[in-house]
Amino acid sequence: MLPGEPGGFGGPNMRITDHPILSFARGKPVSFVFEGITMQGFEGEPISAALHANGIRILRHSPALGRARGFFCAIGNCSSCLMVVDGRPNVRVCVEKLKEGMTVERQAGKGRLAVTSEEPGL
Amino acid sequence: MTTCDVVVVGGGPAGLCAALAASEHGATVCIVDRQDRLGGQLVKQTHKFFGSKDELAGTRGFEIARILSERLARLENVTVLLEATALGYYPDNVLAVEHEGLFKKIRTSSLIVSTGASERMLPFPNNDLPGVYGAGAAQTLMNLHGVRPGDTVLMVGAGNIGLIVSYQLRQAGVNVAAVVEAAPVIGGYAVHASKIRRIGIPVLTRHSVKEVLGRETVEGAVIWQLDASWQGLPGTERRVPCDVVCLATGLTPLVELLWQAGCRMKRVPELGGHVPVTGEDMQTTVPGVFVAGDAAGVEEASAAMLTGRLAGLGAVHGLGLCPEYERLSKEARRNLASLRTGPTSDKVRAGLKKLEEVLQ
Repeated sequence: MLPGEPGGFGGPNMRITDHPILSFARGKPVSFVFEGITMQGFEGEPISAALHANGIRILRHSPALGRARGFFCAIGNCSSCLMVVDGRPNVRVCVEKLKEGMTVERQAGKGRLAVTSEEPGL
Repeated sequence: MTTCDVVVVGGGPAGLCAALAASEHGATVCIVDRQDRLGGQLVKQTHKFFGSKDELAGTRGFEIARILSERLARLENVTVLLEATALGYYPDNVLAVEHEGLFKKIRTSSLIVSTGASERMLPFPNNDLPGVYGAGAAQTLMNLHGVRPGDTVLMVGAGNIGLIVSYQLRQAGVNVAAVVEAAPVIGGYAVHASKIRRIGIPVLTRHSVKEVLGRETVEGAVIWQLDASWQGLPGTERRVPCDVVCLATGLTPLVELLWQAGCRMKRVPELGGHVPVTGEDMQTTVPGVFVAGDAAGVEEASAAMLTGRLAGLGAVHGLGLCPEYERLSKEARRNLASLRTGPTSDKVRAGLKKLEEVLQ
């Protein structure tokens, strides 16, 4: 049982398999961990797409009022979809690509950035 | 620090055409794009485009992206930085870019800003709940990544984006409960409106969303009728069962880089918000900085391709690389003018007139 939503959003049919115009070139199947639960997705797709296909659309809670947030623009513009990925906060999961073994967590508030000397560009 | 003649920020329809026009005249061109592929929002457009043959009318949007990218790939004087974010443009003609985790600098003679536009939010209770998505976001999820945004969508806005995305949602197997449109008439083309009516999606004009229902995510919506002064009429509320609400209530130009570069800006509501003041060569008030596509004012992709071509030509003309500038730019302006004829372009023409008046 997934940590899903009231109303039973999502389900096995979220992936489009049969489209009149498009065909989808998906990466190889990979596993990732969302809030401690192992899920399946495709390598290279945005993390948010993989989560959505697994019925997850609450991605974080807002800093001041703790309101649930999902993505809004899906193209890396609006920063509504910030999550903690492999321990790193403020990752825009609508454009961050899914990789095997990733750990994905809902971000509470602003998130804390751990700055290390190995980080390029920081 | 790398150096090139022309840097194009944003590789959508405008940026690709700008880069093509500049590189075909011998300029070295660098395209900076934040996505992992060129084409901008063309890559998720499955419908066929209107306009003229020169702008590939009759071709589906994602195929236009492929055709333009292939043309560019054949040119040796073009480099492309993908998954790169432009950070700022400075008076010594240097563009700062974040790429592969590094801070990079590109010195350029001309900058073409073709950053596009973003979707507008609409104020109503619970508009922040997960499941309230930009219509373009739903389109990205289903057409690019092959994931349905939900089971049943309420579409807000009956302009071309609202109508086209409603049709595409149905193609992807998603129900569309209704399209609500605050205006008394449908804003989009009749051909798109009749298509979605034929498949049984009701379009309710003079209606808007009153509120979204749900504790943590969208579990439904309430729509209501609007009066002649755009106010909701109590007593006309109707509950719409849906798990997604898509907003197609207009776009606003993405012009942060132009503000930062010091371009003179003007708020023109008909063009979607603040836009740079330009001459007819698409050059802003900062010499050498050009704008193209939706960043210059929200229009359609075919118009973006032509303003892109004009900006590209203007940039190489400034470098002395375009001996036929007068003829070529006149031709592009003529095509653009013919694209902007007709009642659907009334708003754009009014907006452009306001912009012209600034320079007079």
